[in-house]
Amino acid sequence: MKYIVKRILQAIPLLLIITFICFMLINLAPYDAIDSITTPDMTKQEIEAKREAYGLNDPVIVQYGRWLGNICRGEFGYSLRSRTSISYDLKSRIPSTIKLVLPSYLTAFLLAIVLGLVAGSHKNQWQDKLIDGICSIGIATPTFWFAMIIMFFFGYKLELFPLMGMHTIGKEDSILDFLQHFIMPYVVLTVGFIPDLTRYVRGSTIGQLKEDYVIVQKSFGASKAEILFRHVSKNVLLPLITKLGMALPMLVTGAVITETIFSWPGIGPYFVSAVQAMDYPIVMSILVLSGTLVILGNLLSDILYCVTDPRIKSMK
Amino acid sequence: MKKKNRRLENVKYEFKHNKLAIFAAIYLIAIILVSVFVVFSSVDPDALDVAHKLQSPSSAHWFGTDELGRDYFIRVLYGGRVSLVVGVLAMLTSIVIGVTVGMVAGYFGGIVDNILMRIVDVFSSIPWIIMVTVVGLLFKKGLASIIIVIGLFSWMEIARLVRSEVLSAKEREYVQYADFIGIPSGKVIMSHVFPTVFPTIITAATAQIASAIMVESSLSFLGLGVAAPMSSWGSLLQSSQQYLQKAPYMAVLPGILIILTVYSFNKLGDVLRVFVEPRITAGDKDE
Repeated sequence: MKYIVKRILQAIPLLLIITFICFMLINLAPYDAIDSITTPDMTKQEIEAKREAYGLNDPVIVQYGRWLGNICRGEFGYSLRSRTSISYDLKSRIPSTIKLVLPSYLTAFLLAIVLGLVAGSHKNQWQDKLIDGICSIGIATPTFWFAMIIMFFFGYKLELFPLMGMHTIGKEDSILDFLQHFIMPYVVLTVGFIPDLTRYVRGSTIGQLKEDYVIVQKSFGASKAEILFRHVSKNVLLPLITKLGMALPMLVTGAVITETIFSWPGIGPYFVSAVQAMDYPIVMSILVLSGTLVILGNLLSDILYCVTDPRIKSMK
Repeated sequence: MKKKNRRLENVKYEFKHNKLAIFAAIYLIAIILVSVFVVFSSVDPDALDVAHKLQSPSSAHWFGTDELGRDYFIRVLYGGRVSLVVGVLAMLTSIVIGVTVGMVAGYFGGIVDNILMRIVDVFSSIPWIIMVTVVGLLFKKGLASIIIVIGLFSWMEIARLVRSEVLSAKEREYVQYADFIGIPSGKVIMSHVFPTVFPTIITAATAQIASAIMVESSLSFLGLGVAAPMSSWGSLLQSSQQYLQKAPYMAVLPGILIILTVYSFNKLGDVLRVFVEPRITAGDKDE
């Protein structure tokens, strides 16, 4: 418990530094935030009044302090372009992203465990060569390209699935309609997650098979399958739990590209259009959000590791 | 010297017995040569021919024409120049930063190490797509800014690698002796520590080119990277997205070239690892 508190206390300055650097950088950027608030027919006095009202005349450090205070109260501010409340937008968009990322990641995770164990235990045999070969190609394939190919075949040619969005207008409650929209981005994202995870499982399986306990089991006459499923898999899966913790930020930023291609109404398109329009309050909010999740994720994975691995607990 | 020869022998062995490695090397040489010499081609990548827009592949236009009637094949080759240049220069940027930070942190240790490594933590804790786009806001759009932005956000892994290599190099007798007889630390780093770390840097560099090309193409695809009139494989794919139904062939070539290039650089990195860690080849080949 003491350890967890200590970790949280260490994490806070990290987050402050990250946000401060970003705030400074955005203030240095060669554009004026006032341009997106004003309209061309405003007089100079009106613009100046707006500037004062939005606090854009204060020193950067004061602006940062005010922004930080607002964030702590859960107020993310307003989009410069559409004037909508950012916390409202985020609340409506994050669930959509989670709906897409969570099933994809879990599917990829399970598939990767199976594939990785198979590849690792058949090292340099055809199973391994096949799985590892596909993984290297998978790592080299841009997600968006794979998405385009899928879109072309299943969307345009076979017309099986709708190309965009999450619901057909008017059918917001239909689960079948949702699934039809869901399947293509889901497949793309799952395939995108698999290669890295598989390689990780494969590597640690190979490492575990070299351990002494495997030789002991072999000398006692245990079968290959028995060693793999009874003993090796346990040791391979433990560190994987920590991967789950590290994946926490993916729930927000894990699908920016896929969401953008399929116009999935999640964080991805929101962020990309905010960046293109230099809507900095949105960019900063997402930055803070993902930074917080990264830190929480690391914390979570440390805690999970402590809980699952008695060796670490005894070290403290 | 004997040890070094064995390492070279290992790499030769690896190339001889690994068909995919040979393929990767040949492909990379070919694509680099093509990218360099494509300027001598008689076809102008910017020649408009609206009468023949969005044509399917034919003998006149091997990969058809784009939405303005430009020859797509030659445009993809020119796009490759941009992608490769970004890849290599971004790699150099991140290697320079990463190696410097890693060397200084590893060699001097103590508080310097602590501060530098916390900076590495800060940089690596934010998803790259967020970091790159936020800093991308600062720079005017253009090739140089993309290179800088990608380079600025991909050096952390190299810094960590180099630091741990330096830490172990520092324990070697010849480095400790050089320190002991009072050779200035700058000189010790350059003439004793750096050569030890060098093979690691080479391996990291090849992988870095691959990932820089990938990041560049993703950014350009999102419309945050290379912008018209310049084009890279990523931005070509972005514009092909609009014509996916009418001209699907436009999406094929840049995508395949990205895959082959990234795959080959990664493969090359794997082969070079044999050089860095000779133990990999002894008996078992991987991990």
